[in-house]
Amino acid sequence: MALLEIIDLHARVEGQEILKGLDLVIEPGTVHSIMGPNGSGKSTLANVIAGHDAYEVTSGQIRYRGQDLLEMEAEERACAGVFLAFQYPVEIPGVSGMQFLRAAVNARRRAAGEEELDAARLLGLFREKAEVVNIDMALLKRAVNEGFSGGEKKRNEIFQMAVLEPTFAVLDETDSGLDIDALKIVADGVNSMRHEDRGFLVITHYQRLLDYIVPDFVHVLMDGRIVRSGGKDLALELEAGGYAPVGA
Amino acid sequence: MNVTLTTNADQFERAREQLARTAAGPLAARRETGWEQFRATGLPTRRDEEWRFTSTAPIAKGDFALARSGEVPSEDLIRPFSFGGVSSAKLVFVNGHFCPQHSRRLTLPDKVLAGNLADAAVSHPQLVSEHLDRHPRSADDPFTALNLAFLEDGAFIHVPAGLRVEGPIHLLYASTNGSEPLMCHPRNLVVLDEGSEVMVVEHYVSLHEGPAFSNVVTEAVVGPGARLNHYVLERENEQAINIETLAVRQERDSCLDSHTALFGGRLVRNNIHVTLAGEGCDSLINGLYVGHGEQHLDNHMRVVHAAPNCHSRQLYKGILDEQSHGIFSGRIVVEEGAQKTDAVQTNRNLLLSDSAKANAKPQLEIYADDVKCTHGATTGQLDPDALFYLRQRGIDETTARGLLIYAFASENIQSMSVPSIRRQLLQALVQKLPHTAMFDATGEEAQVVEEALGAAT
Repeated sequence: MALLEIIDLHARVEGQEILKGLDLVIEPGTVHSIMGPNGSGKSTLANVIAGHDAYEVTSGQIRYRGQDLLEMEAEERACAGVFLAFQYPVEIPGVSGMQFLRAAVNARRRAAGEEELDAARLLGLFREKAEVVNIDMALLKRAVNEGFSGGEKKRNEIFQMAVLEPTFAVLDETDSGLDIDALKIVADGVNSMRHEDRGFLVITHYQRLLDYIVPDFVHVLMDGRIVRSGGKDLALELEAGGYAPVGA
Repeated sequence: MNVTLTTNADQFERAREQLARTAAGPLAARRETGWEQFRATGLPTRRDEEWRFTSTAPIAKGDFALARSGEVPSEDLIRPFSFGGVSSAKLVFVNGHFCPQHSRRLTLPDKVLAGNLADAAVSHPQLVSEHLDRHPRSADDPFTALNLAFLEDGAFIHVPAGLRVEGPIHLLYASTNGSEPLMCHPRNLVVLDEGSEVMVVEHYVSLHEGPAFSNVVTEAVVGPGARLNHYVLERENEQAINIETLAVRQERDSCLDSHTALFGGRLVRNNIHVTLAGEGCDSLINGLYVGHGEQHLDNHMRVVHAAPNCHSRQLYKGILDEQSHGIFSGRIVVEEGAQKTDAVQTNRNLLLSDSAKANAKPQLEIYADDVKCTHGATTGQLDPDALFYLRQRGIDETTARGLLIYAFASENIQSMSVPSIRRQLLQALVQKLPHTAMFDATGEEAQVVEEALGAAT
């Protein structure tokens, strides 16, 4: 069974149609990358998959491990293993990273019928994952994303992904605004999580990220549709020639 | 209108006759001034600028009788209202009357006076007459005038120079229901001599269902270099009416740490009037008002910088659900010559329903030219982006809302220094706004984790 299957997806935001018949199949164990110019619908796709209320699906289907994803609330999708690394992680004053992740981890465990983790076990889990993405544990004591640098916010997204261990993760321009060192840390975090049961959809503007997270498939999104798909070399071709010849 | 005026004059006239029959003593002589001042205006109406958002009709129509002393509630009724053994003294007032049976000095040093004002006026006449009724503005404020007109008793606290009191002095004001709705007008006087420090917690509770009207004035004189930590915890039932006025005068280099938490009451007016009279004073004036149902919670701040080099910070936050109405009216006055004043006033409101309402009226009045004053007010709903972020991590919508509300309130609650008061207020928040339930349970534990983390890093 495909991990994620998108069939003829149409979606709009603020009354404007952005996705216009998108098809995509992602098998477990694969990394897909979506590239495309601004306004082509990349972030809309990410938000529709995650279940943001502001994005309205007008027709089409998304099946996640055989389930109708569009029937599920955002939190149900998350508990079923869908994760979105946000392009613009939200600052939440007054909520510490600890409180936030504790609630998230235990919400998922409850949904899976597993026992909730106590403070000591959570702390152990956080320490282990913090090492993977080279994030300072002190950040967890602070309010979620508040006053974080751009790089810290993105690394915090990857840290959360490592802690929550999703089955399917969408990275929405996680590389934008990162210097090369931060980019490597993010890529290492993703690579360490590659697994035969897990799938990734990496949305990016730049081929650069794909030097570090080598995708199995690259898709070009233009005007709400996937206009071309190929292997990792397609990214290099786009880098050299831009999107225009592809869409033509 | 005429009907209202007649009614409210009637109940206060009756109460005055009642008082004249039963109580005399050294305080009685001051009542006439208050009564004359009150009679000149009557209860304020919404045409008064200071009362634009708050109607006093529930007081006028309440037909309250003046509470008399004598009632001693059972220990079981009083015991739940404590702060887990941290208090240095507990003074209990039932319907505004001192209740010696339930009042105790605990760890309070011998030299500190803490008792009731009526007795202090006899035992320490000089101290009382030197400070009583110096700073509240009865000529401008009908409720302060009314309080003076019914001056009878309240708490009296005196801390001698250089003495630092550990543990709060807990003033518990309990209202009961009689055969008719009762009113009381307690007057508290707190005097801190040079370099002393004390925490005073005014704690308002109801022992029964039913309406009651309290009109409390607390005056505090904070001597040079002294520090007053003052708390108001409004936890009465939602039929209660409470007008609370705190008038503070700060002498040079003194500190005020004022925290207000309004959870209970049907109609609450919280007046905090602070005068920074000497150089180098510091004032922190924080408040949290949490309304639901038809609660009306009105906060009225007046901070007067009368001397140079003083620093004041106000942070008032409102959480308003259902049809509740929250008000913040704050005025900072910087008098001529109060150079290098540094004053900040912030009001934030969180509306949880479409019919909840918040009014904010921040005002600056500045007569000095070298000052730094800022104020700001915001009113909004829970941030939908933050809600989505939390939900995307698997946190259900109800819990996510609870977490964000908890976060909004916790800034004020965490700034309070007594852990048991913080815990009680977090519990109160949960009881009031059920969707915060999960987060109280985890809040304290999360803190433990955070402390462990602190040790680890």
